[in-house]
Amino acid sequence: MDTHLLSIITFIPAFAALILAVFLRGDDAAAGRNAKWLAFITTTVTFLISLFVLFDFDPSNTDFQFVDEADWLLGLKYRLGVDGISILFVMLTTFMMPLVIAASWNVEHRVKEYMIAFLLLETLMLGVFMALDLVLFYLFFEAGLIPMFLIIGIWGGKERIYASFKFFLYTFLGSVLMLVAMVAMFTEAGTTCIGGCEISLLTHNFGSENFELLGIQIVGGMQTLMFLAFFASFAVKMPMWPVHTWLPDAHVQAPTAGSVVLAAILLKMGGYGFLRFSLPMFPVGAEVMTPLILWMSAIAIVYTSLVALVQQDMKKLIAYSSVAHMGFVTMGIFAANQQGVDGAIFQMISHGFISGALFLSVGVIYDRMHTRDIDAYGGLVNRMPAYALVFMFFTMANVGLPGTSGFVGEFLTLMATFQVNTWVAAVATTGVIFSAAYALWLYRRVVMGDLIKESLKAITDMTAREKWIIAPLVAMTLILGVYPALVLDMIGPSVAALVDNYDMALEAAEAAVQTADASH
Amino acid sequence: MISADLNIILPEIVLAGFALLGLLGAVYTSKDKAAGVLVWVTAVVMVLLAGWVAMSGDGSTNIAFHGMFIDDSFARFAKVAILLSAAAVLVMSESYMKLRGLLRFEYPILVSLAVVGMMVMVSAGDLMALYMGLELQSLALYVVASLRRDSVKSTEAGLKYFVLGALSSGLLLYGASLVYGYAGTTAFAGIITTAQTGETSLGLLFGLVFLISGLAFKVSAVPFHMWTPDVYEGAPTPIAAFFATAPKVAAMGLFARVMHDAFGQIVSDWSQIVALLSVLSMFFGSVAAIGQTNIKRLMAFSSIAHMGYALMGLAAGTAFGVQAMLVYMAIYVTMNLGTFAFILLMQKDGAPVTDITLLNMYAKTNPGRALAMLVLLFSLAGVPPMLGFFGKFYVLRAAYDANMAWLAVAGVIASVIGAYYYLRIVFYMYFGEERSDTLDHQNGGVLTVVLMASAVIMIVGIANMFGVEGMAASAAASLVN
Repeated sequence: MDTHLLSIITFIPAFAALILAVFLRGDDAAAGRNAKWLAFITTTVTFLISLFVLFDFDPSNTDFQFVDEADWLLGLKYRLGVDGISILFVMLTTFMMPLVIAASWNVEHRVKEYMIAFLLLETLMLGVFMALDLVLFYLFFEAGLIPMFLIIGIWGGKERIYASFKFFLYTFLGSVLMLVAMVAMFTEAGTTCIGGCEISLLTHNFGSENFELLGIQIVGGMQTLMFLAFFASFAVKMPMWPVHTWLPDAHVQAPTAGSVVLAAILLKMGGYGFLRFSLPMFPVGAEVMTPLILWMSAIAIVYTSLVALVQQDMKKLIAYSSVAHMGFVTMGIFAANQQGVDGAIFQMISHGFISGALFLSVGVIYDRMHTRDIDAYGGLVNRMPAYALVFMFFTMANVGLPGTSGFVGEFLTLMATFQVNTWVAAVATTGVIFSAAYALWLYRRVVMGDLIKESLKAITDMTAREKWIIAPLVAMTLILGVYPALVLDMIGPSVAALVDNYDMALEAAEAAVQTADASH
Repeated sequence: MISADLNIILPEIVLAGFALLGLLGAVYTSKDKAAGVLVWVTAVVMVLLAGWVAMSGDGSTNIAFHGMFIDDSFARFAKVAILLSAAAVLVMSESYMKLRGLLRFEYPILVSLAVVGMMVMVSAGDLMALYMGLELQSLALYVVASLRRDSVKSTEAGLKYFVLGALSSGLLLYGASLVYGYAGTTAFAGIITTAQTGETSLGLLFGLVFLISGLAFKVSAVPFHMWTPDVYEGAPTPIAAFFATAPKVAAMGLFARVMHDAFGQIVSDWSQIVALLSVLSMFFGSVAAIGQTNIKRLMAFSSIAHMGYALMGLAAGTAFGVQAMLVYMAIYVTMNLGTFAFILLMQKDGAPVTDITLLNMYAKTNPGRALAMLVLLFSLAGVPPMLGFFGKFYVLRAAYDANMAWLAVAGVIASVIGAYYYLRIVFYMYFGEERSDTLDHQNGGVLTVVLMASAVIMIVGIANMFGVEGMAASAAASLVN
């Protein structure tokens, strides 16, 4: 299919950002309003166009679709495309962005730059999910750091400087190691095409013979090293325990919209990376590392849930709960069976809606009271019934109540892990209980009880704008919770192909080892 | 015969002749009053020469004076880069120097002579020619470094540069004489027949080490970097901009030329030394810059780190490595021109300042320039999608292809450390608190144009690098065979 649809979707926001940067003069209220409207219209149009991709997408075809290709430097290719694994992330991004812009309506300070940063960020995030060239992927993946660094640093809270530097350097260190691995793959395979070319990385068989490096036996050879290099990047991005510490800082200091983008979309890049690169390209390396990663996920789920329990800052609490939920994702991915990967993708999509909504909910009361301290609230239900309802709904979804989308992902990943490693699944399940504990306790302390605090007496309920922003998220969470097949049918065939290839590659590697042993 | 030889070095002759004519003309007429015009005329002559050099030759290799002088694609690539960057620095410095009474007619003439030296350097086919070019360049640079005669710092910079430069020239000469002693010839073409794998004499290797030390001084690679921060800080800013660009290209070009033309058969012997220089430079440059608040010193350390990356390409010892090095240098020069244009624009109450803390909230008072600088800084840090990333990608690939994965890993780790101090400038420009003593708001003229152009190139260039990739490839192919 020869179409530029994906390029158009990717670059519309960047184009709008350019228009803002070049043509919008002044920084008074009128200019700010124009910037907001232009950004909102642009992101909405992008979403509408992306619907064409969604409706024309053929889920039964596991190849890349809507491929857009051009030659580039150094034998690289500019190549975009989507398959069952990436399409929903693209849709998640285009769906969330108009809401994010709308949630920033009360930004007063350097509005133009703010909107430019978010529009550029959308382009870069879409590029990550569509890129079919290794270096192009890296380009989008890394470039996303720049606008996010500025968003945290300029529009963030009190400790924003520390948080922005930590965010940037942490993730940068993770990804440069991946860059070395990419250079290595380029040399070994002779191509940077991810999939669908004559030679492509997804079908290339990277060496997995054991060898010795600095006196250490490397099981799985080349593949393990490359896997680890990619792991360094994606684990930080995910973030997995114990490299998650940048996330609470970044979340707490970022403005509401920044937190929403971070939780709903940016975190998904790590999981997407595992599915696009780590699992299919280095199956032997993945196999070697699987026990470690499964246990890391289980620890993440339990440990960060416990940490969330004692947080005083609402955003920090939700940030830790995000780490815990991402633990389910890594667990599902590295269970490496159909249910696990299905569940992981489902969990990522659903977490995008739920955590986004939770951060928006915190933003609603933060805008009124300018504090995120849990103790500063209490009894909000008396003056904010609508808010109490919405917050209740997403608290439950976060806990994983059946009927909401949070349940499906957790259930699938736990079931998948149970087949692979019963103990990990057992430990992870306790995390579900802890998550109920911290979420419900948060809800009780903020919303329930009598309204005794003087400062809260005049608080007002959600405005129409706030309701309209939350409404689509409520709808999506419910729809996916009741009818998960919407997502699962979309991703099913691609995931099945991914899992089959993974199993076949492992069998082939094992057979190769056996013949090598036999010949000795 | 001689006319054919002269034909080959015609660009150098033209530039040298122009410098002498300019000197005569200025001395006998209006002296410093003509300096402004002379700067522009020199820049135009350089640009024209660059065009001429680029058009001539069409990929052929011409050898003049029995191998003393080589005119090949590699030399032409380096010469174009040198001429264009020197011209850019000249036009950038005109208004700045005029404002501060530094604009003397000697300035463009000395720069022209230095450029002639650089052109000879990258074309050298013989140790004698190498030394001649190097000294012509260095002597002119010593003088321009202390152009601000009545400033202690500037004189100190010139003196420091001179003493250390003389030392390095001594090392280089010593190495050259050892090489001559053991190879029996000073011509690269003769040395390469002697310096064969497995039968290289120890004396020749010693000579090689001394040669490399002398060259490393010129590219300011650690541990021969000590002069760089002081000279950058002491010299007037436009001169520092000049030091950071054209001479670096020339020195890297000469480095590659000597290594491949004279010692191309014993790559394994020198590539480790170069790799070591590269690692040390990358780490030292990145770490030492962290504590700097003077932006000129900061850029000095940054240039040390960048030379480390360029040396990584050279250390690979392959044609692709040389190509990567050339691409890296082209990008580096473009970024540095823009950054120095920005530094030249920094002034407070009419006086130039170099303290980065004064940039506080520059983004508020001057969003356009701050944005351009932001792009350049991220490009210097090697963050995609800026062109600076592609420079790093090329050299990393060259290192990995040459089985130096460790060097690539070291390089990326150093780049993370380096990112910190570039981010710090972004922090001052964008995140700080507003304050009353902001920098002057002035109409930058040429400087703004250079700054903006270089920032735009950093972004637009990722589409096809304006064809530099292909030119660098043919240049590298002509050097390494």
